[in-house]
Amino acid sequence: MLEILKAPVFTFQEFIVLAGRTIRGVFRKPYYWDDLFVQMDLIGIGSLPVVLLTGFFSGAVMALQMSRALQTYGATSQVGQIVAITLVREMGPVLTALMVAGRNASGMASELGSMKVTEQIDAMRALGTDPVMKLVKPRVIATGVVLPLLTILADFVGIVGGWLVACVLLSLTTSAQYWSNSWRALEYNDIAQGLLKPFVFALVLSLVGCYYGMRTTGGTQGVGRSTTQAVVVASVWVVVLTFIIGRIFVSM
Amino acid sequence: MNDASAPVVLAFENVSVRFGDDEVLRNVSFALQRGESMVVLGAAGSGKTVLLKCALGLLPITSGRILLFGEDVSRLDEQDWYERRSHVGVLFQEGGLFDSLTIEENVAYPLRNQPRLACPEDELMRRVEESLNFVELGHTLDKFPSELSGGMRRRVGIARAIVTQPDLLLYDSPTAGLDPITANTIIALVIKGRDVRHATTFMVTHRYQDGQMLSGYRHDPASGLLVPVNGARHTARTHYLVLRDGAAVFDGSQEELEASADPYVRRFVRREESA
Repeated sequence: MLEILKAPVFTFQEFIVLAGRTIRGVFRKPYYWDDLFVQMDLIGIGSLPVVLLTGFFSGAVMALQMSRALQTYGATSQVGQIVAITLVREMGPVLTALMVAGRNASGMASELGSMKVTEQIDAMRALGTDPVMKLVKPRVIATGVVLPLLTILADFVGIVGGWLVACVLLSLTTSAQYWSNSWRALEYNDIAQGLLKPFVFALVLSLVGCYYGMRTTGGTQGVGRSTTQAVVVASVWVVVLTFIIGRIFVSM
Repeated sequence: MNDASAPVVLAFENVSVRFGDDEVLRNVSFALQRGESMVVLGAAGSGKTVLLKCALGLLPITSGRILLFGEDVSRLDEQDWYERRSHVGVLFQEGGLFDSLTIEENVAYPLRNQPRLACPEDELMRRVEESLNFVELGHTLDKFPSELSGGMRRRVGIARAIVTQPDLLLYDSPTAGLDPITANTIIALVIKGRDVRHATTFMVTHRYQDGQMLSGYRHDPASGLLVPVNGARHTARTHYLVLRDGAAVFDGSQEELEASADPYVRRFVRREESA
């Protein structure tokens, strides 16, 4: 029994050590600004199309699916409220994080993994650079800054997608009512939850991507394995964490 | 064979390294004095690269002691290692060049990132060009590593290792995977680095010929070519360490190596001779 637990506990311990070193490094020099801006561009601008597309269609689908149920109760005017709350609290952060996990956590794992197996990370250490400061820190900061911004955009285009379906396609309600309901439905608690989640997801998925990249062994096959593990673990953590954070906010 | 007065640059004292249940280095001991060259021979998986990485603090040791420039570095913190590493040049097996940086940026990397080696930009460029000219690749400044051949990447790796003018140079299988002509060019550069800069040289290799060249030739500054060494004095500067399954089974000169009765060492040397 203990033997089975040994590997995951060891992995978690290593992950916590990397997370600790990275978070401590955030408040310490050196800062590699060029690397930070490159990563922000790669994660932010690079993920924009897929995040907007996902956000738009998730809002549209939600309005579509809700239309029949709301018609049953004669509550079609509430469609804006439902779309806004669901998107801002849950769907926007989770779907955006899953997209970024699939696109960037995998990218981080494969890039750092390739560097590991070609001894570039050893070379970096040998030539006077701490790989955590040079490689991990910029990726974690960049994701932490960019993912909440991407989530805000995804939430907005999602609500626009819901408006298109509800008001233009199905004429469930008027535009004024849709936007007014969407706006009034949101409380500070929702906004806080909707921004805290992507920030926590960003830390976890970027650290997971970097962790699996940095511990890659076994040549190109190992890089593939690390990439897959990074996406799977990051995605699972996103859905687990959304439950935990949601639970905390619900009980508040 | 050693000059007792020369300071020890690198010494291993009963060093063992364990990865999980595997002991990849077992009680390895040797001492390398200033100006000497050491050739570490061994089959694949015998622990040669681990030995080299331990000397740089890139892998932690399980037991024993490592002395670098006379200082015990066995339990140094990673942050404290950075300054020590600035005195050591290293060529990794595949060159270890950064894919995303140009050749110029790769060679300039240690000068830009090690505080002890910080210098003005024009001085830095002069040193980068000088190092690349040393390996005859002065025309590749703006290229990326992917645009170069395997042999050229190793030469850039050598340029990056010597740009800091280190006291100790470590080479990890510099000829692995190269054709014989390119391999000889690389060893010629290793010899040139040793003789021109008088750096202590530690070379890990699976080819006995690399060691033979290192001990049997010297760089002639007048002609710029390698010339055979005649006389025992120069040959004695190179000594060999043979690893087998993580343990040192031989430590001595080339003559002692060739005269060794150890079946593994005999087979190793004979096979290389017949190759």
